[in-house]
Amino acid sequence: MQQSEFLKIVMPFKDKLYRMAKRLLVSKEEAEDATQEVLLRLWSKNESMDRYKNVEAFAMTMTKNLCLDRLKSKQASNLKLVHSNYQDESRSLQKQIEAEDSVRLMEKIMEGLPEQQKIILQLRDIEQYEFEEICELLNMKPTAVRVNLSRARKTVREALLKKHSYGVG
Amino acid sequence: MALDNIEKLLEKYFEATTSVEEEKVLRTYFSQDSVAPHLEQYRPMFVFFAEAKKERFTRQVPLKSKTRLYQWISVAAVALLSFSLYFGNEYREQKEAEYAYQETKKAFELLAENFGRGTEKVAYLKEFENAKQKIYNNN
Repeated sequence: MQQSEFLKIVMPFKDKLYRMAKRLLVSKEEAEDATQEVLLRLWSKNESMDRYKNVEAFAMTMTKNLCLDRLKSKQASNLKLVHSNYQDESRSLQKQIEAEDSVRLMEKIMEGLPEQQKIILQLRDIEQYEFEEICELLNMKPTAVRVNLSRARKTVREALLKKHSYGVG
Repeated sequence: MALDNIEKLLEKYFEATTSVEEEKVLRTYFSQDSVAPHLEQYRPMFVFFAEAKKERFTRQVPLKSKTRLYQWISVAAVALLSFSLYFGNEYREQKEAEYAYQETKKAFELLAENFGRGTEKVAYLKEFENAKQKIYNNN
């Protein structure tokens, strides 16, 4: 397969991979590294790529797994630091809330979600994947996806409500 | 879009039973400038979803050409290197041999020159012998 062909296949979803990576890894740099690695891995096996009926789903699963692996190894190496960072952030979050726009605020709220919910919310509400696609991608049952999605949305709602009443009062 | 429809959709949305289409309706509704006051609190959510989708991956990924060309170039380079090492060595040996030959030749020339001087002296001796013979013969 030629480079141009490969790019044509990858182009429509490379941003989705990056956004997923950024949702999980938060840092722009790390998300770019992860996306690059996924693309290079795809490129290295591009001869067998025809065999995957859905390259996008395959790439998305790869991205998700790679990011979760990176998070795991990062947490294993500095679990304590991450935890104290988190506390600090939530305190400054309260202070800075007024000044932050909805994007920043929502990013913070999403950061706090459990990974599974984060991934499902990202796939559904940002990338608008259908339920069947999410089930296939995450190897989950439809009911489990719905339960997690509903929980994620409700958690976000609660966080926003808290912020909203705080802002009003 | 009627307000109570939006409210119904929101309810379904939080139970995760809305379709992608219905969620699009919600995003469109919340992207408006004015939203019913009691729904204002949900706005950041839907604004964010729409905004977040605009992020782009801008890094250039260096895709190495996977054609065999590179493999062949590296094979050729290795072959050339060993070839030149081998023949370079041979060339150097030949040069050394030539140098040794030249040096030996010089040494022989030096020797020959000195021999020449030796025979010149012997020639004088011969002259002396001739003179002596003449004197003896005359007697």
